[in-house]
Amino acid sequence: MDIGLGHYLTVSAILFTLGVFGIFLNRKNVIIILMSIEMMLLAVNLNLISFSVFLNDLVGQIFSMVILTVAAAEAAIGLAILVVYFRNRGSIRVEDINLMKG
Amino acid sequence: MEVLVVFLPLLAFLVAGSIALFAYGHNGAPAGHDPHAHHGDHGHGHDAHAHAAHDDHGHGDHGDHHDDHHPSAPPPDWRDRTAQFVTAGSVLLAAVLSWILFFKVTGGNAPRTIELFTWIKSGALDVSWALRVDQLTAVMLVVVNTVSAMVHVYSIGYMAEDPDKPRFMAYLSFFTFCMLMLVTADNFVQMFFGWEGVGVASYLLINFWYYKASANNASIKAFLVNRVGDFGFALGIFAIFMLTGSVQFDTVFAKAPELVNAKIHFLSWDFHALTVACLLLFMGAMGKSAQLGLHTWLPDAMEGPTPVSALIHAATMVTAGVFMVCRLSPVFEYAPAALEVVTVVGALTAFVAATIGFTQFDIKRVIAYSTMSQLGYMFFAAGVSAYGAAMFHLFTHAFFKALLFLGAGSVIHALHHEQDMRNMGGVWKKIPFTYSVMWIGNLALAGFPIFAGYYSKDMILEAAYAAHSPVGMFAFWLGISAALMTAFYSWRLLFLSFHGTFRGPKSVYDHAHESPMVMLVPLAVLALGAVFAGIIFHGGFIGDHRGDFWGKAILVLHEHDSIEAAHHHLPGWVPVAPLIVGIIGVALAFLAYILMPGLPAKAAAMFRGVHQFLFHKWYFDELYDALFVRTAKALGYGLWKSGDGALIDGVGPDGIAAATRDVAVKASRLQSGYVYHYAFAMVIGIVMLIAWLSMFG
Amino acid sequence: MLQTLAFYVFSALLVGSGVMVISARNPVHSVLYLIFAFFQAAGLCVLMGAEFLAMILVIVYVGAVAVLFLFVVMMLDINFAELRRGFLQYLPIGGLVGLILLAELAVVLGSWVVAPAANTALGAPTPAVAAVTNTKALGQLMYTHYVYLFQAAGIVLLIAMIGAIVLTLRQREGVRKQNVSVQLARRREDVVVVRKVPTGGGV
Repeated sequence: MDIGLGHYLTVSAILFTLGVFGIFLNRKNVIIILMSIEMMLLAVNLNLISFSVFLNDLVGQIFSMVILTVAAAEAAIGLAILVVYFRNRGSIRVEDINLMKG
Repeated sequence: MEVLVVFLPLLAFLVAGSIALFAYGHNGAPAGHDPHAHHGDHGHGHDAHAHAAHDDHGHGDHGDHHDDHHPSAPPPDWRDRTAQFVTAGSVLLAAVLSWILFFKVTGGNAPRTIELFTWIKSGALDVSWALRVDQLTAVMLVVVNTVSAMVHVYSIGYMAEDPDKPRFMAYLSFFTFCMLMLVTADNFVQMFFGWEGVGVASYLLINFWYYKASANNASIKAFLVNRVGDFGFALGIFAIFMLTGSVQFDTVFAKAPELVNAKIHFLSWDFHALTVACLLLFMGAMGKSAQLGLHTWLPDAMEGPTPVSALIHAATMVTAGVFMVCRLSPVFEYAPAALEVVTVVGALTAFVAATIGFTQFDIKRVIAYSTMSQLGYMFFAAGVSAYGAAMFHLFTHAFFKALLFLGAGSVIHALHHEQDMRNMGGVWKKIPFTYSVMWIGNLALAGFPIFAGYYSKDMILEAAYAAHSPVGMFAFWLGISAALMTAFYSWRLLFLSFHGTFRGPKSVYDHAHESPMVMLVPLAVLALGAVFAGIIFHGGFIGDHRGDFWGKAILVLHEHDSIEAAHHHLPGWVPVAPLIVGIIGVALAFLAYILMPGLPAKAAAMFRGVHQFLFHKWYFDELYDALFVRTAKALGYGLWKSGDGALIDGVGPDGIAAATRDVAVKASRLQSGYVYHYAFAMVIGIVMLIAWLSMFG
Repeated sequence: MLQTLAFYVFSALLVGSGVMVISARNPVHSVLYLIFAFFQAAGLCVLMGAEFLAMILVIVYVGAVAVLFLFVVMMLDINFAELRRGFLQYLPIGGLVGLILLAELAVVLGSWVVAPAANTALGAPTPAVAAVTNTKALGQLMYTHYVYLFQAAGIVLLIAMIGAIVLTLRQREGVRKQNVSVQLARRREDVVVVRKVPTGGGV
């Protein structure tokens, strides 16, 4: 069977959903959340690249690189925040992040 | 002059009222209102002080109705004197002017209407303030102003120890003004204004000593019972307006003959329109004039000071009902069924009141029941179309009843606020003047010849007989028995109060003294009236000159003219019957209270059931309590608790508040503080947004 | 044929490691599975013919980002032994939401059609592979038409770097450091004192 655009899109969709799951299904620690975000970004990247390839348009790949950049930056900052938070609170268990309880 | 007559009392009221309100500075009227604290003042052993708090209807006449719960005051100062002079002076002037007016109007001068200004002009309703002065008005003006003037002067003496004199005088003048508005009214609405105004004045005056719980209860009772009557009155006015399209007397009177066969359709039944309207109007008269059914307030109204009882509950306010029926005679004449009802009610009232009157021990209550009985006479006279006789009896009754009340006040004053006749006796030598005027009053009341009551009362009974209708006969016989009882209890009062041995504390007897001149002069004036009013005026009111005297003020249809019949077609025994039963009554009283003083007690013990029944005023108060008061209270309580409390409050403010609180509590759980909850919420939001867009986008 | 197989292998491994990322007990394992996922994604990219991006994916994502994750995971004293069994509490609603999301994506996928005019509206037509490699083509495009975007991306990274340092830098007390300017500004008068000392006397 010929692998078409649809297949790639399906894969990226599943990956995206998994990332979404990861955000709120995890009860362990915040790093899982960050990793789930990376997964979602990866899924989006795959999407862009598949479209770019199948439409013969290179702009998609350019954009994908920019997304890569931003993902890296965001991972860095996120982790920095996490580190500082850990320094102050001593734990990164998700259940302990409830200072905003209203 | 008519304007002066009516508005002088208003002016007086305003002046005295301003004094009462504003002239006392920060301290208010002098002397504290401490009803239990002045044992020092009247240290005559009023051990019955403890009964200061009476039960609701003041029944159970244990003879503890002391007039004495007023604190004593410093001597009268400029405020009191000003108030007294202004009010008494104004009303005296008005009285003199009303006598002049009376002679002018009944002497052949045309009746006149003085238009003051327009009050309401709305669609078909046109109401103006106008002073209608015709013969009926003139009679009432004389009655009201004279008695009021006498009462004003008397009060200067009687209320000398009371700190609230300006207030009292102000209220008296206010009452006078409202009564004058009532009698000079040219239309129903103006009359209703005056009607309500005298009700208010009555409330204020009964409740003059407002720190007494019994006075509070009595005044509210008076006002409420009056209100019931006023409800009927108002409905009657509405009916008249509906039938004739106007509330102006002249217009209504002109239309009345045409409406003889008119019918009112109500709830799928047809009623004779004029009868319905007249019955409703009569209901108002029943309330105001304490006829049977709406009479329960009158004995309790004795809580007020004695001048108030004399003015309002003897001579003027309670006669407003009679006046109203006579004023509306052009309408009532065309509703014979209503007239029959009036007759029956009046006759029953006369009889019932007399039966109660001879068991009571409070001197003022006896006279109050006597008033109620005489009012019954006036009404059944009006019922047999003898309006002239009714008005004449009103006229003479005002004099001798006011005299009796003020005389009783003099007795009370002399015996230092003792009102229970069981504690009186044997003081005739000490207060001879009072004693004499009481004799005069009683003779007039019982209808002895020469005295005023003879002419008016006899005329009423003769007219009732001559009417030759079943209700007329009924009224006649009840009237005769009431006359017997009237004579009996009047002389009972005299003998118990003035004769025999004094049954109270000795110090009271020693201190008994005649009242000051300022109280005796009004008594003398009223005594003159009681003696001569009958002789002088009977020709005009009920005699041969009555046609010219009354003119168009009263309408009597020829077939109903009972006075005419009484003049001509009476059997011989009828005119003397009242006199005979009067003498029998006096003799019985003499027997029971002078010759054989133990007789009344034995008779009461023998006829225990009857005596109890009469002593408890035919159990009307108890009946009303069970029927109306308890029901109203239960209804009010129920509506308050479930209706207002549970339903309105529960669903309304409380319900909304509780719902808001619940929703807020539930909503606040969204703020869990957990970031992943928020992330979850965001995701759900996005999912729903996409679903929405893909379905409805 | 080989391509199909490769695609399915790569995809399966990708999805599988994605699942393991979020459900591994040990966070280090989660990171390693993430790395594995990245590798599979790179493989997919190569399969599509975007080899530059595949390599960039490996270098940047795996080499930088994932390693960063590992650093942090190691540095934070994460006690993985304490697992809260609250995982299942949200499974129903979470699962539902996820399924809805998937369904929506499927709907979009199923009803999506390429616009007929897309062919002519290409932003930058891919040159034929034989003529230019993917890398060169990208380079030709990026440094000409999208140079601003490129520079902006660089600035974003710079800011991120500064931000990370600003967030986490703390001054430690009691750390001895060299202050060169102070050293250089030292004067003889301040540090050397000449004393006359008798012979054998000591200071």
